[in-house]
Parts: sequence; structure tokens; C-alpha cells
Amino acid sequence: MDDIKHLESVSNRLRQLQIEMLHAIGMEHKGHPGPALSITDIITALYFKVMKIDPANPRWEDRDRFILSKGHACPALYTALAEKGYFDKKHLATFRHVDSMLQGHPDMKKTPGIDMTAGSLGHGLGAGIGIALAARIDGKDYQTYVLVGDGETQEGLIWESAMSAGHYGLDNLTLIIDRNRWQSCSAVDCTIDIEPLADKLISFGWSVNEIDGHDFSQLIKALSAREESKPKAIIAKTIKGKGISFMEEDNSWHQRPITDDEFEKAMAELKAGEG
Amino acid sequence: MAELISTRTALGDALVELADSGEDIVAVAADTSKSMCTDFLSKKYPERSFDCGIAEQNMMMIAAGLAASGKTVFAASYSVFTSMRVAEQLRTFICYPDLNVNVFAGIGGLSGGIEGATHMALEDLGVVRCLPNLTVFNPADYYSTKRAVLEAAKIDGPCYIRVGRDASPVIFDESYKLTIGKANTIIDEGDDIGIIVSGIILHYTLEAVNRLRDEGYGIKLIEIPTLKPIDSQAIIDMAGKVKYLFTVEEHNLTGGLNTAVCEVLARSFPKKVYPIATNDIYGESGSPAELAAKYGLDGKGIYKRIKKAIDN
Repeated sequence: MDDIKHLESVSNRLRQLQIEMLHAIGMEHKGHPGPALSITDIITALYFKVMKIDPANPRWEDRDRFILSKGHACPALYTALAEKGYFDKKHLATFRHVDSMLQGHPDMKKTPGIDMTAGSLGHGLGAGIGIALAARIDGKDYQTYVLVGDGETQEGLIWESAMSAGHYGLDNLTLIIDRNRWQSCSAVDCTIDIEPLADKLISFGWSVNEIDGHDFSQLIKALSAREESKPKAIIAKTIKGKGISFMEEDNSWHQRPITDDEFEKAMAELKAGEG
Repeated sequence: MAELISTRTALGDALVELADSGEDIVAVAADTSKSMCTDFLSKKYPERSFDCGIAEQNMMMIAAGLAASGKTVFAASYSVFTSMRVAEQLRTFICYPDLNVNVFAGIGGLSGGIEGATHMALEDLGVVRCLPNLTVFNPADYYSTKRAVLEAAKIDGPCYIRVGRDASPVIFDESYKLTIGKANTIIDEGDDIGIIVSGIILHYTLEAVNRLRDEGYGIKLIEIPTLKPIDSQAIIDMAGKVKYLFTVEEHNLTGGLNTAVCEVLARSFPKKVYPIATNDIYGESGSPAELAAKYGLDGKGIYKRIKKAIDN
């Protein structure tokens, strides 16, 4: 229970850092609050509980790897990396500014702790397969986690990759699908419906676990589970904008700058929720 | 008659040589492990070779992931796919993060002729040449291709190596020297005609040169094994010496060797450059020899195009 309380406190802290950074960057450098907030609990579980990492040695060969394929949600990842000490928190306010180490989408060459450049949708899973195959060649037991958006599974390349991960039986690879049911323009099911998602993955040779993506005990259990000879998919049911009442389920927060008033209101809510 | 060996086999031979010497290499293919000879590696080192199936984009992303994990990766498919179907994977996930993926691009130019326009890349070098961080090789025969593969393995960053399909004449031997960004002087016998050539069309160019030489022309000929970086100094030196300057390539006249040479000369030493290339067309079915004759890119065609330019 202490673990869960700690993770809840961390995720609240990461949400505050995200709101601060997305407010601080100014109106012309707007980011994506909704998609970042929906994955913040998943990122918290990975970086503060599940993954084997060493912030002092970001390129440690035996570390677990993480690819944020829905790269526009990077404020969640950047705040987690800063909180873990990969770089100073002062960089957060430079997000999306010229010469910043924090690019609009994750950049493995510019940001300590980023394992793979990502953001053009549909690409993270294939890269994760390459990393998982490298582990197999080298006889290493590190895990590779890839986080995609649910709308992102409309990309054909996702299914090329899903087919090959199943074929190779990559039991060191975990795909997490952020099932917040929204994409940039509209609801996923109104755009191009992706269901039955679990059945699709199962038919491609995956084991599939559907969980509440904001429940830490479910997240830890699912992210830590191992199944022999099969890649593992976690369909994490989430709420876009989770944690800020006026952002939740309001898709206008997909990409939008945060005004001073909205900043005050959001921070007050998060501070009230501190454990 | 020169010995004939496909430039594709150079990849297979070089991969085995690299693995034998302990290099941490991995090859990926897209249902092309046989046709691009990565199966040479699979037979000896099965754990180091993957055929990713008919899914080129996924192959490139797997290559990127392997390279991000420290491997020297060779990704082999056909040039029309390695430059265009996977253009974004090559750009954003391999060239932008400067990952160590060496793309082996088969059936370039007219060599895929029998398949028709869908499988012939006359545009690939133009597409890939504008990608920062990418080294672009266009070798001329088996030995220069093998050397290109070995040099690419030494570069800690992405490379693109364009090759042909069927057996093509062997011009060089094991002693062939390839320095990144340096041209090779093949002929230096006078200043009437300067020819800059890249790729396996070198053998047809040499046929044309023999006829011109018999007619008494003084000829300079340099071969460009790396289109990027290109040997600017060698191009400027030649332009300053010869009366007529030609480029010869199995590529559209936009984007490839002629464009690269004109870019160099426009900046430093303006001079008229006559392109011998395909003239803004798509290919069609036909044997490579038939198509080379039709497009004026065989020995006779290159000779006639040079003579026509001189006589005008």
C-alpha cells in the first residue's frame, strides 16, 4: 500500500510539473496536455517502480528500454526523466523552444534518458522489436516497453510490427496501448474504429491484458508479468486529460496552450489532491 | 570478355567476412534474403540475420532498433523500396538519429528492367542524396561494391549502397581503393573530353571511351564511388582542364550525379555539363541491355551522345 501511495504522490507531482512546463513555455509553443495526462500514471509505474534503470548512466547496456511512440505526449516522459534526475528540471520550461534539449517529440540524441527517437506515429513498435531482438542476440534479459496511442493503431505499420513480434515470439517486449478513446480530431470509434483490439492482437500471436490505466496495482501487475514465447500487450483504459477536471474528456485539450487562469485552476486542483 | 559477377553477391560475401572477423553485425531483409544475398550470413550465423517478410517499413524500424542497441546493421531490399517506400523510416528514424544502418539498395537503375517501372529506381539517388548524415555509395562492380560494404561498416552512421541485379562486368580487383568522398581516376590521357561516371554504367562508359580514343580524342575519366560526400575538388579540377564535360549515370537527370556535379560547379567553377542520363521518364519492361540501348545509355549510345555534343 505504501508503494501505491508513493506512486500516487509521484504522479501528482509529475502532473504539476507538466502543467507548470506547458504554462511556462508560452502561448506560441503549445504542447499536448490531454495525451500527456492520460499516460502519466503508466509512465509513473514504469519509471518509479517497474523499469530497471540508472539515471546516472542513461546508456547502461542492461537497462530496460522505453519508447514513447505517441511522442506528442512527451511532457509526461520529460517530467518523469527530470524527476528521476536524468537532467535538471530547469530545462522543462525550454520545451519546444529553439536550442532546447527537449524537442517537440522525443529525441535520443538530444535528451538523456530517451532510448529511441519517436513521434511520427506508428513507428515505435518496430523499433522496439529491433531492440528486443538485439537483447536476444546478446543474451541480455532487459525488457523493452513501447507505448502507443489507441488512435495510432490505425497506422498500417503497427500491424506489420505486431505480426512480426508475434512471429518472433518476443517475450521481452511489452506493448502498452493508451486506450483513451480520443484522437486529434475526434473520438477513435467515430474516426476509424479499431475494435475488437484485443482479438486482433491475440490473433497476431500476442497475450493481451486489459486494465485500468490509472490503477497502480493493476499497472504494476500487468507491466511486471511475463509470458513465455509471446509478446505482451496491455490495453490500458485511460481518461484523456486525467487529473484536471476541466481537461478530462474535453478533446480540445489534445493540443492547446494553458492560460494564466487555467494554470492557477489546474494547479489548485492538483495541490488539493496531494496525498 | 570480362568476368561477370552480380554486385549483390558482394554484400553476402562482405557480410560473412565481417562476421568472421568478429564484427557485431546484423542483416535484415524483406523477403529479399535470397535475392539480396543476406542468406550468405544466415547460413553461417543464423542468429545474426532476419528476413522480416514483405514489410519493408517494419524492416527499417527493426534495423533502427538494432542499431540503437549498438549493432552494425545492413538492411537489404530493392532500391525503389529502400528509397521511396521507406523514405520516412530512413529519414526520421535512421538518418536523423544518425544510427548505424547501412541500406543495401538492389536492382538500381536499369538493372531491374524486366520488371518494368514499378521495380526500377531511376530516382532513388536523388531522394536519398538530400538526407543529412547519410553517406551515399554508388559502386561500379563486384569488387568496388564489396569495398563499399566494408567501408560502410566502419562508418558510425547511416549509409546507402546502390547496386544492380544481374551479373555485371568485373572492372576492378581486390586491390580497389575506396576513400569516402574521393573520386578514382580511371583514365587521364588528354583534355578534350572529361567524363564523370558513377555506378555500374562504368562498363558501358569504358566501351564508349575506347571508340573515342580510337578516333584520337584525349580523355579524362573519373569514377565517383560516393555521391555523398562528393569529391568536389576532383570535379573542379577536371572542369578546369577539359574542353567538354559529361556526366554518365543510370538515373534520372534530376537529383543524381549530374545534379550533384552541377551543384559543385555552380558554386565554384561554372561550366557547361552535358548530362548522359534518363531524361525525366519512368522505365518500362525490357532487358537491361535493351533499355540501355533504347535510352542511349549503352556503349554505343554514350559514344553517340558525346559525339553529338562535340559536333554541335
